[in-house]
Amino acid sequence: MEGEEEKKWMKSYLLPEFIIERNEDRCIKCKVCERQCAFETHRYDEELDRMFSNEESCVGCQRCAVFCPTNALTVKPNQSAYRPNYSWTGERISDLTKQAETGAVLLTGSGNDRPYPIYWEHLLLNASQVTNPSIDPLREPMELRTFLGRKPDMLEAELMDDGEVRISTEMPPNVMVKTPILFSALSYGAISYQAFKSLAMAASEYGTLFNTGEGGLPKDLRKEYGKNAIVQCASGRFGVDLEYLNCSAAVEIKIGQGAKPGIGGHLPGEKVSCLIAETRMIPAGTDALSPAPQHDIYSIEDLSALIYALKEATNYEKPVSVKIAAVHNSAAIASGMVRAGADIIALDGLRGGTGAAPKMIRDNVGIPIELAISSVDERLREEGIRNRCSILAAGGMRCSADVVKAIALGADAVYIGTAALIAMGCTLCQKCYTGKCNWGICTQDPYLAKRINPDIASRRLTNLLRAWSMEIKEMLGGMGINAIESLRGNRDHLRGVGLQEWELEVLGVKGAGE
Amino acid sequence: MRRIRCREEVCIGCRLCEVWCQVEHSKSKEIINAFLRETAFPRVRVEERGPISISLQCRHCEEPNCVHACISGALYRDLETCVVKHDASKCVGCWSCVLACPYDAIIRDDAHNRVLKCDLCEGREEPICVEKCPNDALIVEAYDAL
Repeated sequence: MEGEEEKKWMKSYLLPEFIIERNEDRCIKCKVCERQCAFETHRYDEELDRMFSNEESCVGCQRCAVFCPTNALTVKPNQSAYRPNYSWTGERISDLTKQAETGAVLLTGSGNDRPYPIYWEHLLLNASQVTNPSIDPLREPMELRTFLGRKPDMLEAELMDDGEVRISTEMPPNVMVKTPILFSALSYGAISYQAFKSLAMAASEYGTLFNTGEGGLPKDLRKEYGKNAIVQCASGRFGVDLEYLNCSAAVEIKIGQGAKPGIGGHLPGEKVSCLIAETRMIPAGTDALSPAPQHDIYSIEDLSALIYALKEATNYEKPVSVKIAAVHNSAAIASGMVRAGADIIALDGLRGGTGAAPKMIRDNVGIPIELAISSVDERLREEGIRNRCSILAAGGMRCSADVVKAIALGADAVYIGTAALIAMGCTLCQKCYTGKCNWGICTQDPYLAKRINPDIASRRLTNLLRAWSMEIKEMLGGMGINAIESLRGNRDHLRGVGLQEWELEVLGVKGAGE
Repeated sequence: MRRIRCREEVCIGCRLCEVWCQVEHSKSKEIINAFLRETAFPRVRVEERGPISISLQCRHCEEPNCVHACISGALYRDLETCVVKHDASKCVGCWSCVLACPYDAIIRDDAHNRVLKCDLCEGREEPICVEKCPNDALIVEAYDAL
């Protein structure tokens, strides 16, 4: 900046976020912790033959504690605190201190961690007793298969000469998933090639879909995993070509993201390796900037133009999804999207994750996904157009019960992003934006990215899908339902606890005991 | 015939193979004792350069240079299992094998004036480094002997 003097070193007033306790009786000085930490927290002193830790740089990712072969390390939040103050919490003070020292926008990663109500915790599921039988999924068939895409307004059937009945209505393209759990958009570039491939492998293995995010689909993965990919066409238009669109299961137009509604993306040039550059179709080493809006979409009509351009490009063979962040007028927006031709509406809620977002945006913009699902589902039903789209809910699905509740509120299926990352090793340290992910997920550093072995990570992801699917079957069986289809929008199976009248109304559920 | 192979693309250079090898070849076979109260050495070494790392141990060569170089008959190739073995009681610590090994897989134990090498963890079903590798980088590879 003009007139700016060379920056002087400034003593930081920040307290370390974490304290590292090393049990010296157990430490064998193997230096595994030193090597595992990309933040250079641990250091071996040859002269003293001792390990030392620099707590200022610790992000609390627990990589060292997990890898320490003698369990000598404990990493815990720093207990030393400022004077308790309901308004000026420790986090507010340290954030402000950080800004006083850097003069910069606060950056963060992962999803919103603020204590906004989590409606999953206020919704309870039903179970069959006496008057209707529950079903044992281990003994009776239980259907989790879900078809995503537009369903026809009505079905016409013809009686053929040979006595066969043939459906004469032309069926819009639908894509089948074996479980109503899909992997959220996590782009190659934001996450490592290895992590990206792991998601693709697991989706393919289990018969569900992964989402390429806005970073394109590396050419070597198209043939094998394209049929399990939802390919994104986002504001940066990275990596979009005919082959990319046509190798996929579905195409998604990304308008917004739950973690940062209204905000674009910025992949720093140092992360744009040759393969990322090739996949994104940009020069290596240049910043990949995703504008905040899609510059050709300023109205529902513009959206329709892009939807049909993509349908045209894919010969009307693939459902087109439109993803928006759940915001105040989601229901009206969703209605417009369906009328514009979207076959799938993807809603990303307040707690959706990200590789990098301004903290103020992540923590303060959007609405909880639970409310968005119910209001969008309700609105589309009222307008008689619910059949014209599938609803994919994203942002904050932490367990299979959340998935069941989301579907009962009106979603067709859910996207899991954070849950999938945790399955691969993520511990939500929220330092994704630094590019130094010690777990090898959100990094392009080849030394760190190797830490994800796609064979292991895809196995962990498949296990997660299997476990959740089994639990969903158990819950469905308990409710006396034998197909996930019968649960969709079936809010009678939900009751609210600890909710106010307006919340029950928006969710469209009765209070417990009613 | 078996030997251990390292898949470089997933070796993360954590050196836990070295740690557990040392434990397995200690008297107590208990990690804290092995490191703090005994003098044991690992028989596997991780070679590293930038992001590339590889865990390297004896290749159990079909024509082992070390066996040819050994002046005391301590090194020999077991004809049945094709494992290159080392009889420590015969080793005189001349380091001829160390010089002869093209993989630098023989380790000097200066304290006892002898060499150490991978024995594929005799008595264990799977070598400890393979079992403990956190990223499945080490695998036991079967090959046809000459």
